[in-house]
Amino acid sequence: MNDQQSGSTTSTLFGYAPAPESRSVVDIAPSYGLFIDGEFREAAGGKVFTTRSPADEEVLSEVAYGQADDVDAAVRAARAAFETWSALPGTERAKYLFRIARIVQERSRELAVLETLDNGKPIRETRDADLPLVAAHFFYYAGWADKLSYAGCGPDPRPLGVAAQVVPWNFPLLMLAWKIAPALAAGNTVVLKPAETTPLSALFFADICRQAGLPKGVVNIVTGDGATGAALVGHPDVHKVAFTGSTAVGKEIARTVAGTDKRLTLELGGKGANIVFEDAPLDQAVEGIVGGIFFNQGQVCCAGSRLLVQESVHDEVLDALKRRLRTLRVGDPLDKNTDVGAINSAEQLARITELAEAGEAEGAERWSPPCELPERGHWFAPTVFTGVGQAHRIAQEEIFGPVLSVLTFRTPEEAVAKANNTPYGLSAGIWTEKGSRILKLANQLRAGVVWANTFNKFDPTSPFGGYKESGYGREGGRHGLEAYLEHA
Amino acid sequence: MPTDAAPRDAGRGSLSDVATSDAALRRFLQGLPGVDAVGLEARAAALGTRSIKTTAKAYALDLAISMIDLTTLEGADTPGKVRSLCTKGAHPDPGDRSAPRVAAICVYPDMAATARQALTELGADGINVASVATAFPSGRASMAVKLADTREAVAAGADEIDMVIDRGAFLAGRYLQVFEEIREVKAACGAAHLKVIFENGELATYDNIRRASWLAMLAGADFIKTSTGKVAVNATPPNTLLMLEAVRDFRAATGQQVGVKPAGGIRTAKDAFKYLVMVNETLGDDWLSPHWFRFGASSLLNDLLMQRQKLATGRYSGPDYVTVD
Repeated sequence: MNDQQSGSTTSTLFGYAPAPESRSVVDIAPSYGLFIDGEFREAAGGKVFTTRSPADEEVLSEVAYGQADDVDAAVRAARAAFETWSALPGTERAKYLFRIARIVQERSRELAVLETLDNGKPIRETRDADLPLVAAHFFYYAGWADKLSYAGCGPDPRPLGVAAQVVPWNFPLLMLAWKIAPALAAGNTVVLKPAETTPLSALFFADICRQAGLPKGVVNIVTGDGATGAALVGHPDVHKVAFTGSTAVGKEIARTVAGTDKRLTLELGGKGANIVFEDAPLDQAVEGIVGGIFFNQGQVCCAGSRLLVQESVHDEVLDALKRRLRTLRVGDPLDKNTDVGAINSAEQLARITELAEAGEAEGAERWSPPCELPERGHWFAPTVFTGVGQAHRIAQEEIFGPVLSVLTFRTPEEAVAKANNTPYGLSAGIWTEKGSRILKLANQLRAGVVWANTFNKFDPTSPFGGYKESGYGREGGRHGLEAYLEHA
Repeated sequence: MPTDAAPRDAGRGSLSDVATSDAALRRFLQGLPGVDAVGLEARAAALGTRSIKTTAKAYALDLAISMIDLTTLEGADTPGKVRSLCTKGAHPDPGDRSAPRVAAICVYPDMAATARQALTELGADGINVASVATAFPSGRASMAVKLADTREAVAAGADEIDMVIDRGAFLAGRYLQVFEEIREVKAACGAAHLKVIFENGELATYDNIRRASWLAMLAGADFIKTSTGKVAVNATPPNTLLMLEAVRDFRAATGQQVGVKPAGGIRTAKDAFKYLVMVNETLGDDWLSPHWFRFGASSLLNDLLMQRQKLATGRYSGPDYVTVD
């Protein structure tokens, strides 16, 4: 198919009129305190920071900046609450979790708009992916709370104590749910630090905890930056540390925790390989490639950021991919028809820009569909690099943005070798109509999750986590409970 | 419908050898890329979430009306019923003459003359008469009967023939038989345009629907059509999306453009928009006209008209403000 024909899907007749989701469903206060022991309070040091909308840099709110004293107060509140919370029968803890799940569902439109404002991702994603998964995680782990004897950790597994949880900015509320739901179901109490650029949904979640009547101190939210997180994971009265974020920070945390009796799970970076064989269902593979790298602007640890395509179908796949990318709608995240939203921060945008420039400098061929980016805010056009070799930086380093590196392979063995040839090991995808090949490759790929003929599918029943520098421990499913229980 | 700029056989030349034998045709059709059902359905569902508002809605409503093959295919059809439907097709909204006409009136062959005459009397010759044929809906008749059925419909004034394929032959793997049937019916159509109905609900798998699409296009179909409206599963967003992908790929391979007609079960404006969005984002401008995309529908028209009235007046009317025909 030639390029002229593949460009024909850019419609000029049927342009979609703006269809913005209403902002009025969410009421953001001008300032927020820390949520400690069931109350919002100012930071002990009195310091605050602002959180902005990445789409237009508008200031959304002022948030308390938590420091060591605040972290200490939060951990003490969690420690005090632990005695009664862990002693509750599982059926009672389940009631609170079910209640939280239902309130999340009831307030999902409000939370979706809030998350889109604070994070920059499209409302279509917060509405159709983030929020339904948040509720599903609470429902799922609510069901486990009275069945812990069957979790595979012995007949009477005990909770660990206070869990220190640090979550990233790419799925602020969903990562909170992944952390808090299993911790509470298992009988732990938590202190959670949301990311500096996306603190708001965690603070709304604090309100949901109050609405659900959750006992004071069971969930504490301390907003702040990296120093706040470091104080939290280093606190001596914390028994469990759970972190999702960059590999660099993960290594620091591992060093901090080394030599203590704190349990640690890390969910870090990735450089996922999406492997397309010549017998793949091509139209669906193209959708999987697009979803794999442009979902959430590619700011996904398990993104399929390396496309490994069999050389015999390289041109066909690339033509189809480019044709499809021309239909992507980049812009206002609150518009219900937007496919690709804003990059979360100026800092992240700078990193993506730097790596993309390195790709060009190293000789890979850069392509983006024609798209007009808004003037204000942080934006990066969907980008595809072809002619990428394993030795290119864009094939090795995590870009964490809407940038796809395309490599080719000739045989299944070469595909596996290239897919595994990375310090990371979080995700991989296999596209083929041959079932036996899927089963064989899934065993050979060193990645925590391997998707077959799909990509970026999440479910609370399915454990998620990495190999190698992508971290250790699993979240989700029965395995996700192990991280929050003493093993008999 | 316009005539193609290039003669068909020239365009299909690159694929001319695939139908030289049953074995060659089977190899070609079974060699088409597979369809992943989960992925196809997810894509159709995602496109179904597009939000069509204000100016886009006004455009889509009028476009959808102009793409309707307004259909009555009942044992109880009478000349009166058909004439009434023609009047409706020519002037869908008696209170608003700016409402566009439908594309065609779709009837059984024995009603084609009635429809043709009614449209002429209405001064609505721009509306085509489409007639089903080839022992619709089952297709269970001899080839001679099917061809006679087709010729009679054309002689009675049908501009378009909606034929059904022999699903039995297709499911038994006798692809060449289906291919030859389509070719012969196409020849019997003369100047009339040919829509080929697969009855997707009976082909059952997406792989089969993709194969049937290529088979029909290779044999000379002007349009490919999902279903008769007479079985449990008719047009669905995924099976229509699959056919849209097939006509896209066929044009890329041969240069020939083929139309698509989903039929059966599309009853609301909201449903129609989902199909138009699929056309828009799979095929683009080139197919966004009644020449290349049709809805086989009856009750859909009234919902489009009610939505149109709502857009013009700001108020919802109700079923008593559109005509029952």
